[in-house]
Formats: sequence, C-alpha cells, structure tokens
Amino acid sequence: MASYVPHTDQDLARMLSDLGLADLDQLFASVPAALRLAGGLDLPPGRPEPDVAAEMARLAGRNRAAEELVCFAGGGAYDHDVPAVTRALAARSEFVTAYTPYQPEVAQGVLQALFEYQTLVSRLAGLPVANASLYDGATATVEAVNLATAATGRKAAWVSEGVNPRWREVLATLTAGNGTQLVEVPLRDGRTDWAALGPGPDGPPPGALVVASPNYLGCIDPLGPARAAADAAGALLIVAFDPVAAGLLRTPGEQGADVAVAEGQPLGTPLSFGGPYLGMFAVAQAHVRRLPGRLVGRGHDIEGRTAYVSTLRAREQDIRREKASSNICTNQTLVAIAAMVQLAWLGTAGLRELALRCARGTRYARESLLGLPSVRPLVSAPVVREFALELPRAPEVVVERMAEEGFLAGLPVSTEGREGLLVAVTEKRSRAEVDAYVQAMEKVLA
Amino acid sequence: MSAPGGRAASSPLLGRAAEPTIFDLSVPGRRAASFRTTGMPEWPAEQLVPASELRPEPVPLAEVSERDLVAHMTRLSHRQYSVDLGAYPLGSCTMKYNPKVCDEAAALPGLLAVHPATPPAYAQGWLELMWSLAHALCRVTAMDAASLQPPAGAAGELTGLLLMRAYHRGNGRSPHKVLIPDSAHGTNPASVTLAGYQAVSVPSGPQGVVELGTLRRYLDDDVAGMMLTNPNTLGLFETEVASLAEAVHGCGGLMYYDGANLNAILGVARPGDMGFDIVHMNLHKTFAVPHGGGGPGAGPVAVTRALAPLLPGPVPARLEDGSFTWLVPERSIGRAHGWHGNALALARAWAYILANGADGLKRVSEVAVLNANWLLSRLRGVYTVPFDRPPMHEVVVSARGAGGDARPGRHGAGLRAVDVAKRLLEEGFHSPTVYFPLIVPEALMIEPTETESPETVAALADALVAIARQGPGPAAGAAPRTTPIGRVDEAGAARSLVATWDQG
Repeated sequence: MASYVPHTDQDLARMLSDLGLADLDQLFASVPAALRLAGGLDLPPGRPEPDVAAEMARLAGRNRAAEELVCFAGGGAYDHDVPAVTRALAARSEFVTAYTPYQPEVAQGVLQALFEYQTLVSRLAGLPVANASLYDGATATVEAVNLATAATGRKAAWVSEGVNPRWREVLATLTAGNGTQLVEVPLRDGRTDWAALGPGPDGPPPGALVVASPNYLGCIDPLGPARAAADAAGALLIVAFDPVAAGLLRTPGEQGADVAVAEGQPLGTPLSFGGPYLGMFAVAQAHVRRLPGRLVGRGHDIEGRTAYVSTLRAREQDIRREKASSNICTNQTLVAIAAMVQLAWLGTAGLRELALRCARGTRYARESLLGLPSVRPLVSAPVVREFALELPRAPEVVVERMAEEGFLAGLPVSTEGREGLLVAVTEKRSRAEVDAYVQAMEKVLA
Repeated sequence: MSAPGGRAASSPLLGRAAEPTIFDLSVPGRRAASFRTTGMPEWPAEQLVPASELRPEPVPLAEVSERDLVAHMTRLSHRQYSVDLGAYPLGSCTMKYNPKVCDEAAALPGLLAVHPATPPAYAQGWLELMWSLAHALCRVTAMDAASLQPPAGAAGELTGLLLMRAYHRGNGRSPHKVLIPDSAHGTNPASVTLAGYQAVSVPSGPQGVVELGTLRRYLDDDVAGMMLTNPNTLGLFETEVASLAEAVHGCGGLMYYDGANLNAILGVARPGDMGFDIVHMNLHKTFAVPHGGGGPGAGPVAVTRALAPLLPGPVPARLEDGSFTWLVPERSIGRAHGWHGNALALARAWAYILANGADGLKRVSEVAVLNANWLLSRLRGVYTVPFDRPPMHEVVVSARGAGGDARPGRHGAGLRAVDVAKRLLEEGFHSPTVYFPLIVPEALMIEPTETESPETVAALADALVAIARQGPGPAAGAAPRTTPIGRVDEAGAARSLVATWDQG
C-alpha cells in the first residue's frame, strides 16, 4: 500500500520507548475498552499508488466528459475554456496546500491574491466591497438573505422564481431553522412579476427581495422594477448576476442592488461535476460589518510596509460564536484565486469579448433551433448566454435521446405551467457543433 | 539525528519589497486572452443586448501580459507558507501532507470535465465514486447513510443540526436547546444559532472533559441534542462519552459528532459505537484533501438508520443490476448544495482512502497520536500543560507559564501565545493554532500530524523549548524578522478598512 507516514519501525520503537509504552495500542488507553473497535475497519487493505491511479482512471472512464458529450447544458454550470495559465497557477502547491491565512506574515501570497480577487468582484458587481468567497452561488444566496433579515430585523424574503430552482431549494433547506419565511414571486413571460403579490402577501414584511438577472431561463430580468418593489416594501435588494454576462450588462450595483451574489464557476473553474465552485458576494458599504465569510484588508506591518491581513475578524464565528453573522470557516479560497487569475488573463477587453462570443453563439443556436418545426421560445424576454425553448416532446426524453446522439442537450425547465429545455452556448461551441446539435435535435424531434 | 524534513528555515523568500498588485502592473491595451476559432457570425453587442441593459464601457479589470501574470502569481506563491514547504502544526486544522496521487486523480478529464446535470447513465463513474465514498465513511464512523453535499465542515454542522430539527419535528417535538462544551469550535454555536436553536455552553471538568454529573444539570426535555468533538479540542478523549450519550438520549435528545478530530481515532473507535446519531466529517482534515489556502473542503454528514430518510438529496444509490442512480430520501430536508457537493474534493478523499485502506487509516491515527504524545513529552516542564493527561492527536499548552508564573493573575513574566507563534516563524516552522480553545489562557494548540517525521517533531519541540527559555522580551515582541513582512498591525487594518484596490 501507499503510505504517507514516514516513521520506520525503529522510529516507532524508539518513540514508544521514550514514552514508556509497550505498543501503539497503549496510546489509546483513554478510550474505554467497550468503545474500542475490535478487528479494524471493514474496508479493503491499502493499495500501492499505481493501483490507486488505475482505479481512479477506471472510474473516470465510466463518465462521458464534456469532450465526448458536447455540452449545451448550463443552469449554473458552464463549459468554458480554461486556459493553461489558469490551470497552472491555480495548481501551484503553495496555494493548494496552504491553510486559511491565520499568520499573515507568511501568508501574503494568498492574502494579496484574495485582495485582488475582492477588487475584481467588486468591479463586476458594481458594489464597493466583496468578501473573499463563499461555497457557491446557492449558499451565497442563503448568506445574502441571512444578512438582509439581520440588517432589517424582518424574518421574510420574497424570492423571484427566476432564481435558480436548486438555489431556492438550498435557501429553503438552510433557512428552515432560523424562521425565515420565503415567498416565491412568479415569472411572467420570463420576467419577475412583482405586481403579482398585489399590495403584499399576508405575513411579515420582507427584509429582502431576491432576483436573478440573467435569470434561470436566461432572460434579462429588469432591475428597475425590482428596486422599486424593494423600496415599496422597505427591503434590501439581492441580485444574483452572471460574471460572464457581466461583460456586457450594467452592474447590479449601479441598478440599486444592496447585495450581489454570483456563481463564480464560469471564471476559470472546470465543470467538475458541480464542485468545488465559487460563491461571489459583494455588498454596499452600509453592510460591510454584516459581511459573511472572510474579508482581506490592506494595511501595514509595524515597520510601515504594505501588508494584507484578514480583517473585521470580530464578525466571525471563532470570535463571536453564537452571535456570529455566519458560521463560515473554510470557504473556497483556491477557487477564488483561480477566478482572480482568469479575470486578469481575460483582462478588460477579454471579459467583454468572452461575453460577446457567448451571446453570439446563443443567438446563432437559438435562431437555428427556432427554424425547426414546432420549436418555439418558452418565453420572449431578451436573453444573453442561455435560452429556453418549448419543444414538441418532453424535455427529459429529448435530453436522453440527444445524449445518444453525443450531446448534453440542456436542462429541463418549467415556467407558468409549461415545460421547456434550457440551452447554454459558451464561447467554446463552434458553429459546426451548433449545426450538428440542431441536426440531431431535428432527428430527435421528428 | 538526521536533519528535519519539515523545517523550512532555508526557504529563499527573496527580498522584502512589496509585490505590486495586478492593478499596478496593468498597462492599457495589453492583453493575455485568446479565444478559439468558432466560425460564429460576428454580430455587434448592440444587436444582441437591449440598449437599456448594455453597459457602455467594458468592466475595468487588469490589462497584463500572460508573462507578467505568471510572474506576479509566482512571486505571490513565494510569499506563502504551505504544507509542501514545511510542517504546519495548526491544532485542529490537521495540516497533514496531501498525497500528489490524489491531485492527479482529481485532474482526470473524466472527472473534471463532467457537467453536474449529466444523466446518470453517462456519469456512472462519478456515481460509483460517491456511493463508494459514502459507504466507506459510514464504515469509518459506524453510521448507516451519508450525504456528501455539504461543502465544508461548518456546512455539515448546519446540515446535521437541521436533520436533528427535522427528526424532532417528525416526532411532534420542538425542543430549543443544543448543548455544547465550552471547549467547542466557534462554528458549533454559530451553526446552532443558524439552525434556530439556542446554544447552551456546558463547562468542561477539571480533567478537561465533560462529566456526566455536570451534564445532568443541563438536561431537560427542551434539549434537542448535544454537539461533541471527540477527541475534544484539548486533544483529550471524552472518556464519559457513552454515558453522556445515554443521558442525552434519555431526555429525547440526539448526539452530534463534530468530526474535526476524527483523524485521531480511525480504526480505533467509531462515533456510532459511542452513541452518536449524526456525524460530520472534514474530508480536508482527516482524509488529506488540500486546504487550498482556506478551502475548498468537504463536510459530508452521516447518520443512523432513524435519520437516513431525512438526508439532503439526491444521494447516490446502487440498483439491483449494479448500476448507480440518484435517489431523493423519502423525507429529505432538501438540498444542502447547488449540485452534488464539492465533487473533486470527494474524489481526492476517495483516492486517499483507497491508498491507505483499513490498515493504513489505522496507522494514520496511531502515528498522529504517537507524534503528539512524543511532542508533549518534550514540552512538559517548559510549557504549562493545563490538562496533563495523555493526549490524542494534538496537544494544548499555555505560553503563560513558559519562563514565568502560570498562576492566575500572575502573567507578568509569561510569554504571550502570539509571541511564540511569531518567533516560531523565525525558526522555520509555521506556528500552531493560538488562543484556542478559549478555556486555556495564552493557548498553543499543536498538531504535528502523522506525516511529520520524528526528526521534524523533535526540531519543532526544540524550537518551542528554545523560545520558552528565551522568554518574553524585545526579541519576542519584534518577531518575525525573517519573513517577507514583519508583524502586521491587525487593529490598524480593521480601523481604516481598505478592502479593495479602489479604496486604497
């Protein structure tokens, strides 16, 4: 078996002898005999490294990667190109094998990278302060709602049905204990219908309104009406945005968001079967002291040199314990560093070009598919990087049949009682791939 | 004795000039990005996005060459301590060496390039991996079912507490209190509050463990359960755990095992056999998933049969024909993650478990505990040991007594934990965890882990002893002087907050 324990038999014997012990078992004398596991763990014996690599390769071989199953699925996970430089820098073991930067004097690398990440996220969101990352878009939404209910002292949130349905489910799961009442606000033709609630539903007034733009159907959901609804209700506005579409769209901040969250996976993180991803989180200045997670600040060492350090630590669970603004300890630093590298590699012009290329592919694929008989838009609101179509067959069946044709066709979605297929086209998809996809779709729908 | 492999004092951290930020390195018009040839029509942005939504200017990011970006990040990496550089004895954080074979496994395209919505028939490898890992974790902990969704330990805690809540509600009860020892991690009370419970702190006894007699005073039918880390954060095994569990069960409560220190008891004892009902594990501690500078980790939750139907779903399941699929437990509390958890971290943990096997995992705990005991034997008499019993995988000592007087109120002559931490950096080691657990003044919480050799543990002990003998004074207060920057003015940074380059 592979072993990462350096001790020789002589080492063990000498150390035990130093401690006056006869064998390793005596180290566990404080474990009551009744609790001792007789016979060892019911697991196979350890294996040598090449066998481990072979077994992992066997498992990997049982999946159809995006290379083979050409990916037109999005829904919060996007098949973007990740350049060699991002892979190489995010794989540097100084970043990979570091711990949370508790000793800033020997952690300036991670701290400065996070400071630069925070700056980039702040600019994408159009809000002054961003934290050093959360787990993913879903849990960032949960933290945003918790921030808003704490800031307003109100125990309800109105959540647009345009927010990713899996994120809404996570929100419902993780706020089940703290008494937050969630009210879903319906979509009408792809946009949130804030008026649908009338003068306000029964129950407590909301501390937060949550809206996504682009939303789960790919539509731009105008933030003006969302801000107006938040003002009318006296609530904070939480906006879930897309960091790639951000290359073309006005920021959540300039449109009145109090908190902006995003799934950061599209920025340099492979599909990875859904994780680790990256929760991006930015706030207006007023909410800095309720920020969940870590925050890096720039200051000085005692000799006046520039220094980066985890700051406003008094918010955090290890100090404030049951009164903490969040329970976050470990977050997603390495994924944040990958996003920072990816954004620097893209640069000012590159992010815009990336967004533009996604939008062009999206337009081309959407128009091509709408050329097929009985294929209609599911909704009519404008889209950027993802779109939903109403098909003449059940979307689940279409996904299954398209997989046989070599395509991951998209995700089944529903809105206003109708079902559709959600299709994403990134800069990685060529015109030839889209044409082949459309041909396969024609065959599947025939 | 041979030279210590884990001492990093030779690290050539070049120069003490500040590294410019990526924004300082930016030159208008410079770029690194390039995009693949797609043959797509080149519609302009104005035809793709409504004018009211289109931003007039691009988002200002940085404009750098790939070469400058690589140089910048490489220089930053040289200003960063890591396990690959040397020993990292942060107690409770379990900074053991992360085997490279696990990194390679997690980078296989067949794992890396799979969309999480891929139909099960095309993701059998991932489902088999997750199913196998969930089963192995249940065997390690003596639990019956697991969810791999929680992306970190604290997320696992919240999930576990929400399972506790759902269990009680299923029985028509709604107790309000969760008991936590005063030695617990801060995430415990924070998670308890988020789960809608009231955290009640239970004092540890003079032996550093929770005593049944004390616990009884806190028990009533309003107790939903108890969270316990075992071994606890003092590195001590909770010897009365079985009777604590019986007492908590006796008043209708559940026992929650905080798996932060599971690495001490692999193959030696199992939480389920101790009477625990809910267990979270930190795969980035016990199963050597690298910490990434503060994540990603993974915090799976395992439970007994009675709670299995409540687990977050979907969970991987094996069908009669041997194939795998997703199944949502019948009374699931709902999703705890946007997809299936931190999948690549799960893959690394599975590779680690395969490599070690039953025998190797037991050896991990044996040597982790041996190293801690051996370290303590070299510190005893120099540092105060507040609860001087044979420790498990980590030791907690107080700097207060080192070179001074340990008695309460007489700390004038004592070293501060922060000074020991900073001095240790000068000696070529990362510092231990300091000021935790809270019940020990000037606490130093030291976890050598099983992957450090005796030479390294001895050198670490020698350095700690030398620092204590040197005692407090100007040298201690001025440390560290060999690092890229000196001691940071943390209060100043918090007072005048600069959290982005734009605010500077």
